[in-house]
Amino acid sequence: MNIQVRERPEAAASTGIKTAIADCDIHPARATKDELHPYLAKRWHSHLETFGVHAYQGMMEGPPYPKAQPNASRRDAYPPEGGPQGSSLSFMQKQHLDPNNVALGVLNPLNTGQGIRNQDLAGAICSAINDWQIEKWTSKDLRLKGSVVVANEDGVSAAAEIRKRAGDTNFVQVLLLSRNVEPLGQRRYWPIYEAAQEAGLPIGVHAFGFGGNPITASGWPSYYIEEMVGHSQCQQTALASLVLEGVFERFPRLKMVMVEAGFGWAPSLAWRLDKVFARLHAEVPHLKRKPSEYIRDHIWWTTQPVEDPESRDHLFQTIEWIGWDRLLFATDYPHWDYDEPSRVLPAGVSDANRQAFYLDNAKQLYGVA
Amino acid sequence: MARHVIAPVDELPPGSRKFFEIDGRPIAVFNVKGEFFGLLNRCPHQGAALCEGPLIGLASSSDPGEIEYTKLGEILRCPWHGWEFDIRTGQSYCDPRRFRVRAYPVSVEPGTNVVKGPYVAETIKVAVESDYVVVDL
Ligand code: FES
Repeated sequence: MNIQVRERPEAAASTGIKTAIADCDIHPARATKDELHPYLAKRWHSHLETFGVHAYQGMMEGPPYPKAQPNASRRDAYPPEGGPQGSSLSFMQKQHLDPNNVALGVLNPLNTGQGIRNQDLAGAICSAINDWQIEKWTSKDLRLKGSVVVANEDGVSAAAEIRKRAGDTNFVQVLLLSRNVEPLGQRRYWPIYEAAQEAGLPIGVHAFGFGGNPITASGWPSYYIEEMVGHSQCQQTALASLVLEGVFERFPRLKMVMVEAGFGWAPSLAWRLDKVFARLHAEVPHLKRKPSEYIRDHIWWTTQPVEDPESRDHLFQTIEWIGWDRLLFATDYPHWDYDEPSRVLPAGVSDANRQAFYLDNAKQLYGVA
Repeated sequence: MARHVIAPVDELPPGSRKFFEIDGRPIAVFNVKGEFFGLLNRCPHQGAALCEGPLIGLASSSDPGEIEYTKLGEILRCPWHGWEFDIRTGQSYCDPRRFRVRAYPVSVEPGTNVVKGPYVAETIKVAVESDYVVVDL
């Protein structure tokens, strides 16, 4: 018998996943406020100092809702060298990438320049974040791949940033958020879709955003728990807009990933859309197919959150509608609602489906060997 | 079942917690205002190092608008998804029937007892004149 004492426990590590996995939603953070300075023109250093950053929301500082854990992140994910959770590559490797056998990790930096009202500043910060992803993350760990973040409210600058990164294998997708100034299908966003299709990059639409609109369609709710479920409602309106505005008709090779908004709602949204489409086709004659067909052909879904029905059969039925080939595993590391890879799927999934779910779908979609 | 001497009492002052590996099991021992509690350091939900979470109280409500805050310092909140556990019993508050974290009895024994046995204390030097924290496994 030997009692070992530790000041802090070792970071909890997965024990249940033997095979390699893809994690399609990892959030890297900046260690310090000034970490982007090397990638930003001097003009912006003093601008930030003097004027700060103004998003399309009332709250100038911090998120509109309190988060469940500090920085909305796991309390055990603070790097030993200091800084917020997700800001240290070496600690991310030790706590997450290595023990969880992550073969491909897709970075989705949030709190970037997306949704900053000064469009020139938004473009400059987004571009800086993209340089920072290469220098701090993807060039240092080849398992990690970046998302091109763009000043989404300015379609022209966003498209230019996508073209600048096209063909750069550090990046595997373009990142948008679900809450924008207007619903995502509207024309101001089309230059983004055009450039992404041209570059062969899927578009990840991550829940959250800074469009200034409340999370629910009926106004600002009281609780964070309402924000948590509001993301899927918000994502539904974004997806309906994309379909109904004819984005997939206009950009037939465009692929989209719904990130962190659940997927249990997908069948019912498609059923509802198909039903009204049969009656209101004349309003949207630019659509050549049923809404559900666009959804099935163009949309992929990341897990985390996975809906958690009492009966696993209900979950499996939902997944069967979506297709086992359409789900991409994600942990959301280091955020507090993180999913542990070994615990995310109930028992009873075939080996082929598991393999697709954990790794192959992502490799194929993102074109990573 | 063995009784493990894990530390002299003054190494675990009130408000502190320590993490141990005893017989291969990750266990955390807390001193809450002079009372000692031991829990398995693994969350039954998805396996987080549960005992790194903050100790909070229990907010409960008999009617909307009426909120009572009790058990201050006795509720452990998981560092991942925030499930709440009673540090005294290991009972979970979100799903008490299905989930519980293993709780281990912790006591304080005088050095005189510890020297006599039947305690396991290989890594701790035991002296008759101090008190020791003991975990039952
Ligand atoms: S792992 Fe503890 S609440 Fe989920």
